[in-house]
Amino acid sequence: MSQEAAPHHRRRAAALGLGLLALSLALLAIIVLSMTTGARAIPLDTVWRALIAADPTATEHRIIWDLRLPRTLVGVMVGLALGLAGAVLQGATRNPLADPAILGIHSGAALFVVLGVAVLGLTQLSQYVWLAFAGAGAAMLVVYSVASLGREGATPIKLALAGAAITAVLQSIISAILLTSPRTLDEVRFWQVGSLAGRSMDIALQVCPFIAAGIVLALSVARLLDGLSMGEDVARALGQRVGLSRALAGLAAVILAGAATAAAGPIAFVGLTVPHVARAITGPSYRWILPYSMLMAPILLLGADIIGRVIAPPGEVQVGIVTAFLGAPFFIALVRRRKLAAL
Amino acid sequence: MTLAVEIETVSGVRLRQFRRRRAVLVGLAVALLVAFALALNLGDYPVPPGDVLRSLLSPLTGAVNKGVDFIVLQVRLPRAILAILSGAAFGLAGIIFQTLLRNPLASPDIIGIAHGASAAAVFCIIILGWSGLSVSLGALAGAVLTAIAIYLLAWRNGVTAYRVVLIGIGAAAMLGAVISYLFTRARLNEVQQALAWLVGSLNAARPGDAIVLAVALLILLPLLFGLVRALEALELGDDTATALGARVELTRLGLMLVAVSFAAFATAAVGPVGFVAFVSGPIARRLLDGAGRGFAQAALVGSLVMLVSDLVAQHALPSVQLPVGVVTGAFGALFLLWLLIASGRSGRVN
Repeated sequence: MSQEAAPHHRRRAAALGLGLLALSLALLAIIVLSMTTGARAIPLDTVWRALIAADPTATEHRIIWDLRLPRTLVGVMVGLALGLAGAVLQGATRNPLADPAILGIHSGAALFVVLGVAVLGLTQLSQYVWLAFAGAGAAMLVVYSVASLGREGATPIKLALAGAAITAVLQSIISAILLTSPRTLDEVRFWQVGSLAGRSMDIALQVCPFIAAGIVLALSVARLLDGLSMGEDVARALGQRVGLSRALAGLAAVILAGAATAAAGPIAFVGLTVPHVARAITGPSYRWILPYSMLMAPILLLGADIIGRVIAPPGEVQVGIVTAFLGAPFFIALVRRRKLAAL
Repeated sequence: MTLAVEIETVSGVRLRQFRRRRAVLVGLAVALLVAFALALNLGDYPVPPGDVLRSLLSPLTGAVNKGVDFIVLQVRLPRAILAILSGAAFGLAGIIFQTLLRNPLASPDIIGIAHGASAAAVFCIIILGWSGLSVSLGALAGAVLTAIAIYLLAWRNGVTAYRVVLIGIGAAAMLGAVISYLFTRARLNEVQQALAWLVGSLNAARPGDAIVLAVALLILLPLLFGLVRALEALELGDDTATALGARVELTRLGLMLVAVSFAAFATAAVGPVGFVAFVSGPIARRLLDGAGRGFAQAALVGSLVMLVSDLVAQHALPSVQLPVGVVTGAFGALFLLWLLIASGRSGRVN
């Protein structure tokens, strides 16, 4: 690096660091908003008193502990997980269209939930969690094994095609079950929208360890993703083990996206688009893209959830729907305004 | 190496590629013919091949057998022809988009066009309470409007493939949310009706549907032939193509319009049958193994996937007629997976 370039480089890193700080503050603000906003507005000091000295007889304290807090926690975790999973998958497959839905994670989770409802007669959200998680893991495992067959291993294109193919098979089975079992359709149509409503503390605690592990793993592969982004041959020439890098990134993504889908149902838009927005701000390095995606996604998700709570009283609009309606125009405007970097 | 030897090598490769293209084309055509014969032959009332042939020729020969003729000419023939035509249309729509946008994931079922048709149809069924032909027209309008919106939104001193793909998936996410929202707000029987349409089916195939689609294809195919020449320059990349004097924007717009029309007419006729548009291109290219663009082969693959899937859908379970969309996903995907596994060669698709 030349003498003149070094200060510029440092200034850029400082600016990006400040950006992370600003995003953290924005996330904090939206968490506070999520605790206070809803069918019943609760003032901030009441929220604070409920958190430090809960009074089980006060209705507002019950609302905070039984509804708002679990919902906000699940929202933050799901957002973190989706943003990171999307960024990691796009980096590992070098395909701008790669997201958990395309690599079979959503349909795997959905198939297991559909089978659980149709065959085992399950009706509880907390029962869906493990099923969805197992389904997501199984689907990703199949996709990865299929893509790894053949001489050159799991190339990005083979991963994308295998993912889309497995998704189609699973979707066929799901359609066949839903067409023949109205009871299952009635149950699943609300799950498959993607929602944070009615999520209890149990669900937050169930998925928490997975999301924590996924975050650690995802952040630790950032450097490997930077290597992959230069092209396989370059990465290999630099001494990187390409297959291992991709496998680790895939593992991180499946843990994160699987846990998120288990907690909130399939939410399609966040993992796909947030990394593009992050990349437009940070430039191509995954050491910045990953933390930016990780903070921006929960802001989008919780913000959408808050809007969904208040937009159509007395009912709610599910977060999966608001995310798409809020995020898509913003995303389209961004794509139009500037040339997003190709992968 | 002398020049003569090099020329000989190049022409040798060209010859091999030509032979491969021809072999794939002939193989697919034969497979399609066999499937077509089976489609006319199989059913609750099996018609022997001789009788099928006599029925098909009966308008010429006058040898009428009312019962058999009704089954062959009024029931099975329109259905098989509709399967072949819609499969070809889906296959072509898919491979045009995949070639144009240089991404194997960029088929109309992923970048929003099928979502536009679906959201419009679900709106017609659930909110307006329509059924039958009017839903098809609604779907046609939905697909075309979505495609126009995506193109206009992607326009900014020209259109890049990357922008179209990203704006397409943005639109797909929004339209998917519309469908999910309508699904949670409607009565269960309306949801069932809408879901049946979304899966796509040939169970209600009428001769009229096949004729409309055939006319649409007759208009669109010559347009496609004309545009494919210009596409060859496009494939070298936008900058190179501009340098070569190709009218990039016009060609791209024309091809997209043709692809959207293929997808829209097929969707209006049989519903957004999943995955045919997506798999046909990759399957054709893997069969060709680098020996050409594979448009004609993709059309044949689409027809084959559609026709065989419909045969399986009709006859796999003894009592139930599955909608074809349930089978295309499974059949097309298994075919593609087998090819992915079988071809140990480079992972290039486009």
